Amino acid sequence: MSFVYEKIMGGKKGLIGFIILAALILVIFPLFLDSFRLNLVGKYLTYAFAAVSLVLLWGYGGILSLGQGIFFGLGGYAMAMFLKLEASSPENTAIQSTPGIPDFMDWNQLTELPWFWEPFTSFTFTILAILIVPAAFAYLIGSAMFKRRVGGVYFAIITQVIAVILTVLIVGQQGLTGGINGITDLRTLNGWDITSDSAKNIFYFINAALLLMVILASRVVLTSKFGRILLAVRDKEDRVRFSGYDVANFKIFVFCFAAMISAIGGAMFTLQVGFMSPSFVGIVPSIEMVIFAAVGGRMSLIGAVYGTLLINFGKTTFSESFPEMWLFLIGGLFIAVVMLFPNGLAGLWDDYGHHITNKLRFIAKGFSKLVPQSMLRKVEDAR
Amino acid sequence: MDGYTSSELVSIFAMQGFAGISLFSVLLLMALGLAIIFGQMGVINMAHGEFMAVGAYTTYFMATLTETYFPAFMPYYFVFAIVVAFFVSGILGYLAEFALIRHLYKRPLDTLLATWGLSLIMQQSFRSLFGAREVSPTLPEWLLGSYQPTDMIDIPLNGMFVLGLTAVVTLAVYYLMFKSRWGLRVRATTQNRVMSDAVGINTKKVDRYTFALGCGIAGIAGAAFTTIASTGPTTGTLYIVDTFMVVVFGGAASLFGTIASAFSIAQAQSILEFFISGSMAKVYTLLALVLILMFKPEGLFASKVRR
Repeated sequence: MSFVYEKIMGGKKGLIGFIILAALILVIFPLFLDSFRLNLVGKYLTYAFAAVSLVLLWGYGGILSLGQGIFFGLGGYAMAMFLKLEASSPENTAIQSTPGIPDFMDWNQLTELPWFWEPFTSFTFTILAILIVPAAFAYLIGSAMFKRRVGGVYFAIITQVIAVILTVLIVGQQGLTGGINGITDLRTLNGWDITSDSAKNIFYFINAALLLMVILASRVVLTSKFGRILLAVRDKEDRVRFSGYDVANFKIFVFCFAAMISAIGGAMFTLQVGFMSPSFVGIVPSIEMVIFAAVGGRMSLIGAVYGTLLINFGKTTFSESFPEMWLFLIGGLFIAVVMLFPNGLAGLWDDYGHHITNKLRFIAKGFSKLVPQSMLRKVEDAR
Repeated sequence: MDGYTSSELVSIFAMQGFAGISLFSVLLLMALGLAIIFGQMGVINMAHGEFMAVGAYTTYFMATLTETYFPAFMPYYFVFAIVVAFFVSGILGYLAEFALIRHLYKRPLDTLLATWGLSLIMQQSFRSLFGAREVSPTLPEWLLGSYQPTDMIDIPLNGMFVLGLTAVVTLAVYYLMFKSRWGLRVRATTQNRVMSDAVGINTKKVDRYTFALGCGIAGIAGAAFTTIASTGPTTGTLYIVDTFMVVVFGGAASLFGTIASAFSIAQAQSILEFFISGSMAKVYTLLALVLILMFKPEGLFASKVRR
């Protein structure tokens, strides 16, 4: 039990933070938000998966990936392909010249399902694909780069280029991928209507629960011996290498793990929102994910969730009322985060939070002087 | 290559090759600035594309001004616009270095975030000042038209002008960085900041002017860019990845590498574009670059340094 308490919950402080987050997303949001807003929060929480993955990768591993959109997209597209195939049964698509294939393929004069779409008729395969394909892809990229000691800035630029390649490919191959519109018009999951409000609510809770589980899993990884070596690699890579560790393997592992987390987020995004498009794959979403993590605090898994929620709430409210102000604001925020509080919101809390608690404690002490000593003694005795 | 006669193929290669040279010129102009900022100073400037857009908008502004107030000056304004674009972008770069970049030299990955924020602010400023739609300046007469060596080959004059401009700027950068005293100071500062400080080089000043120079060259790229395409608020973002690719592929600190890689990337893309779709040409080009970079992580012409 103490293992769970210390390692996974991170002691008293970590436990309190976790409980507050869980209460916020599992109880408070569903109680106080209407179903439209709740669905929005659900969408934001799917981005939070990517932000959490970046805390692991960037904050703890020191590896800045500008390509988390790749993995988010792979997960999202895998789920979307399954749902699309379900939505394009021969009965539903009877008016097409080739019934039984997705509508955009029909528009692009394809007459049969491409080979890589075939296995996505199976739900089990889809779930496996969501977890394994991004991890395998990350393994490929990671081993090609880290084994050759490509790191830092170069890694960031190359992952960014891969994100561009993937976006251009998806947009260009309209017949196979739905092009710039993406895969839309998704209706059912194993016969269950996913467009209804009740389904969206259920997805919200699954999504929130998954996110909390991912945070716990990440904590297990970070507090293990692996996590400590990862930190050492970030701070003095050469020294760890000279101590006989294969540094590359540690980086590859954390890259794959982060890819898998992002992909789960992508798959949940598709379920929650009902479509997937290349605009969630490229440079801009990938950098935005980094910003979510940076604003929340690159060293805090929970902070990343708050960062994501805050920025997206801000984006929605501001771009509704002051569309031209939003870019100025977010741009200024990027700069402020980097220059003024590099550890984000979580860092602010660490710097000033204890200030507040100290003050509260001081006030409490003052009050205790006002209370007769005899009463206090009674309280002590009762304990 | 079925379906084309050999003379057609020659013309295709000549035309696409020349289109590639226009792309090469702009890429190289962009990359020269970035090679100084990223290659020499190690700063990841995600706002570099926006500094190019500043140059392009400056040219547009100059063109509109000339057209309205001094129509007689139209044939000559473009040359002045290039100079003004250089200074406007350069001064903005100087201010950006002073306000932002100088605090982040020890944290290169953070310069990426901060300059991304800067680029968003600049994009929105373009949108507020010049509107969301794309604009293009009225070009002087002598830049329009084309040169026809044979019936099938048609080479636009603006492309040739931009090529000439690129050659001049490249030579100037070469002279500045490798032959002048100032370039010596820049290279000394980037190689060993503490030692350079110790021998009396004002490294802070060097940093500031180096960054400003890089941004100024991006401004020239912007002026050149207006001759081949129209400019919108997000123009910079479209080119920034390609430009980083050019610099990284060529080997960050190598001028020759930058030229060679800009040339090969532009030509590969332009010639492939004729035979397969534009998007696939881009995919193949970038994919080839990533694969090559996996084998030569330091770029094609990296200077050999002991680390």
